[in-house]
Amino acid sequence: MPTLVPLHDLALHMGDNCLILGQRLSQWCGHAPILEEDIAQANIALDLIGQTQYWLELAGALGAQGNGAVATEPEPEQSHRQVQAPEPARLKSADDLAFLRDASGFRNALLVELPNGDYAQTIMRQYLFDAWHYPMLEMLRDCNEHQVSQIAGKAVKEVAYHLKRSTDLVIALGDGSEESHRRMQAALDKLWMYSGELFAADGDQETARRSGVQIPIDYGALKTSWDVHVGDSFQRAGLRPPDSNYMQQGGRRGIHTEHLGYILAQMQFLQRAYPRAQW
Amino acid sequence: MSAVVANPSIEQIWQILDQVPDPEIPVISLVELGVIRSICWREDTLVIAVSPTYSGCPATSMINLDIETALRANGIEAIELQRQLSPPWTSDWISKGAHEKLRRFGIAPPSRSSQTDGASAAPIACPHCGSFDTRLVSAFGSTPCKASHVCNACLEPFEHFKCI
Repeated sequence: MPTLVPLHDLALHMGDNCLILGQRLSQWCGHAPILEEDIAQANIALDLIGQTQYWLELAGALGAQGNGAVATEPEPEQSHRQVQAPEPARLKSADDLAFLRDASGFRNALLVELPNGDYAQTIMRQYLFDAWHYPMLEMLRDCNEHQVSQIAGKAVKEVAYHLKRSTDLVIALGDGSEESHRRMQAALDKLWMYSGELFAADGDQETARRSGVQIPIDYGALKTSWDVHVGDSFQRAGLRPPDSNYMQQGGRRGIHTEHLGYILAQMQFLQRAYPRAQW
Repeated sequence: MSAVVANPSIEQIWQILDQVPDPEIPVISLVELGVIRSICWREDTLVIAVSPTYSGCPATSMINLDIETALRANGIEAIELQRQLSPPWTSDWISKGAHEKLRRFGIAPPSRSSQTDGASAAPIACPHCGSFDTRLVSAFGSTPCKASHVCNACLEPFEHFKCI
């Protein structure tokens, strides 16, 4: 039974996943263990940030029209706040959404804002995400909403390459040396509880009925597809997910880890200190 | 009012754009790259639909700038460039003639997408010596559209225009 996701929320979720993960991957630029991986990370980050533009342009256009639930922020108390956060209705462009929203306005999954950690953690995070991102884009490509299907149709071909790389690396590193195996298992133990959020329907139905266009997402089918791919890769890699079923959530409701604050502080500083700066 | 000059024909616009080189791979034109999707006049405004190759490709904005520059140099003032995402650009749209130009430039041209499953595929011929004894180093290279390979025969590295 598909979940109905409001179009505006979906565009923010997809765009914010790409933006934050793109920022995380960019942190490896110049620092990756080998040259070919440095180049691969940069290229994947570039693909993701390019896709961010499409999704956030869509979200911005919908928000400006008032056709979707607009991300709201708590009212600032006048006594100790001198600067007002921009009114949600004024966030029209992809740049506005990227650089002027506070953490509570972001709708990315928690998984993508987690620290890079060691290379194993970066690769495990990438794989858990890619294995979701690819079938999600396939599903969106085939949906009836034209603006979504054209973005997804473009992105899915690029993400196919991302998934192939991360799958190969999980297997090579998992079934690698004692050290690489140990690090990959530790990464899986740490990240596993953030994977469930990707499939959570998360209270969408109430707001969905109040908003405009809704996109049906079959999270059950998505999870099945992910389970098969991930199960096969882990079996080849000799890796085993933790036994716990507890899944951390909140990103899709704007409840984020402290890590997002640091990412935004670095990413947004210039635009907030010098509003509308251009070069 | 100034004298009315006839707008260039659609065919002439295609020819103008066929002279504009791709900013990263200057041996092929934007038309040969397959990114110019449609050209039409809407009254006195020239409307051109352009497709991005890869979502984050930094050459995309350069391509748009180069299109406008070429058109303005030919006296066209009212220009509207539209980004067309659907159907998505595919390396299949790179013209046959461009394949040989790519090879001579040192880039192995893309295979037809239907023949590959993406990164893994039939061996790619080395554009330097022609040998098929080559291997993939990485599916990612110096630009979003290229993969890195090495030839085991002549030992030269080369890039392959990825199939997408």
